[in-house]
Amino acid sequence: MAQGTLYNKVWDAHTVAVLPTGQTQLFIGLHLVHEVTSPQAFDMLRERGLKVAYPDRTFATADHIVPTMSQARPFRDGQAEQMMSAVERNTKEFSVRFLDFASGRQGIVHVIGPELGLTQPGMTVACGDSHTSTHGAFGTLAFGIGTSQIRDVLATQSLAMEPMKVRRVEVNGKLGPGVTPKDVALFLINRLGVKGGIGHAYEYAGQVFDQMTMEGRMTVCNMAIEGGARIGYVNPDETTFAFLKGREHAPKGADWDKAVARWKSVASDADAVYDDVVKFNAADIEPMVTWGVTPAQSVGVLQTLPDPEKMPDNGDRQSALLAYRHMKLKPGQKARDIAINVAFIGSCTNGRMSDLRAAAAVVKGRKVAAGVHAFVVPGSMQVRKEAMAEGLDHVFTAAGFEWREAGCSLCLGMNTDQLKGDQVSASSSNRNFIGRQGSPTGRTLLMSPAMVAAAAIAGHVVDVRELAQTGASK
Amino acid sequence: MSRITQITGRAVPVVGDDVDTDRIVPARYLKEITFSRMGQYPFFDERFGPDGETKDHPFNKPQYQGAAILVANANFGCGSSREHAPQALLRWGIKAIVGESFGEIFAGNCAMLGVPALAASRGDVGTLQKRARETPAAELTVDLEAMVVRAGSLTVKVTMPESRRRALVEGTWDSTALLMANAGLVAAAAARLPHPSGSGR
Repeated sequence: MAQGTLYNKVWDAHTVAVLPTGQTQLFIGLHLVHEVTSPQAFDMLRERGLKVAYPDRTFATADHIVPTMSQARPFRDGQAEQMMSAVERNTKEFSVRFLDFASGRQGIVHVIGPELGLTQPGMTVACGDSHTSTHGAFGTLAFGIGTSQIRDVLATQSLAMEPMKVRRVEVNGKLGPGVTPKDVALFLINRLGVKGGIGHAYEYAGQVFDQMTMEGRMTVCNMAIEGGARIGYVNPDETTFAFLKGREHAPKGADWDKAVARWKSVASDADAVYDDVVKFNAADIEPMVTWGVTPAQSVGVLQTLPDPEKMPDNGDRQSALLAYRHMKLKPGQKARDIAINVAFIGSCTNGRMSDLRAAAAVVKGRKVAAGVHAFVVPGSMQVRKEAMAEGLDHVFTAAGFEWREAGCSLCLGMNTDQLKGDQVSASSSNRNFIGRQGSPTGRTLLMSPAMVAAAAIAGHVVDVRELAQTGASK
Repeated sequence: MSRITQITGRAVPVVGDDVDTDRIVPARYLKEITFSRMGQYPFFDERFGPDGETKDHPFNKPQYQGAAILVANANFGCGSSREHAPQALLRWGIKAIVGESFGEIFAGNCAMLGVPALAASRGDVGTLQKRARETPAAELTVDLEAMVVRAGSLTVKVTMPESRRRALVEGTWDSTALLMANAGLVAAAAARLPHPSGSGR
């Protein structure tokens, strides 16, 4: 059993009681709510005559169903309008702060929590969304929950939980040019598998994470769940504190110094004990591309697609065969040349400023290939505003990208952005599951925002490092 | 809330690793603001084509209508946290799931709904799936006290976290009341622990 890790310290500090079942009653420091998984939970409160116990620790927004073309009300999609009305009604009735369009703070829930300084080291964070692991970048225990659990958090600010094991995932050395945090995330899932993290919290550590920006750490923690780990975290350090300083909800004045001291104390001890430790070398990581229907089915961009016949005759081979049938790709073919129809830059994985800057640097002075539908969806209203202040919107639109409003967009098929038929998308999002992007036959290739940008220009998957060498071709 | 100690019924096999919750319930059905219709949607896009034509899926086959125990492979229910997935299975008629392993959030959601998600070895899951294919009318029993699945002469060991098992067997799987009983301790924790408003405590 792990000892002295951030996981242990935060878990212990937030333990309210041991329930008669043996489960831990865990206090939830911050509860984030979005429109899709919460309406039934509010209904359950009404049925039981319950209130929201700690509305001051509860923040809601709308991200999944909001259209990103025109956000004028009523939304054209009647179901989306109904869902939006429900979250407005519920947050009003239960006195929960709703970060809506009018607040200027709307956005993807995992973008705005950190952006507003709500997510702070040493907290527990819960949200009815599997990508809540994102907030672990700040040294929190942050995890996705279902709707009945949302009911519990609303009603009691706590959850009945089972403990986890802790695996330290170290990546040492220095990432090569063109290799981004998204590539680190995809590489780790490829090596540790989509089931590898079941029952575990992942502590990401080593030189690569020490040197990584907060936005990069968020990208990697975001995809912990894609490797089966409900929680992924990075120990808080000076990079964390610098990111938080001055944010809307971050502590101020004398409170700031006290908070920093407390945050430092929650980091894993030097002699912490882990359930296991795995180590990787940064030099082995290339720009990655998925070719299949799980985020582990990926290769380096210069590799060829693997042969299922050479895989062990277990679930992996069967999954690969399913993936090839769905993706209409062939073993042995080069990842580099797969043609695309759609290029999507955005999502809770890669919809932040550094992502948009990296993509803009690739597209600047270039044009989107004929026949490719390319669009950029900022992760929040504030990201959108900041990007426009830097002129990134003009860089994208000049190249032929659409510049959209904030939302989850094409990451999942719940809004007006959907693949059609068996279109292939190059996507900076997190899931290549069958049907994920709205069309049951749609095909998704996951990669970094810079790689999506490069694919949009080339019309097919391409190594972003090639474009960096040739410079802009006007 | 009922105690759940034994579930007896027919089995339906869903073969393959990493069956994610997007496959169990496509996202477009998450636009509904209640769970009431979820029973129509499990595996929808694997069961029906674009024009409503029926595809080859166990949930469409007459021999599995009314089945209560789903037998799955590894990492079943991975991906999205949507409770719509276990809600859809439950409302279709599934009362227990036996699999090699489960997505963590999915397993937790099942526990909240009183649906045991039980792990068995790869070999045993294969045997149960084969039996469900060959003798679909044969019933099996999931026994949460003995932690076995009995299928005719066959007895298979299953596991789940002990605290979740106790919650089911003792009938406290709807945890709200248990948690509310400790409201005073929660208030003490709230006073002790940092607040997202930034007030330094």
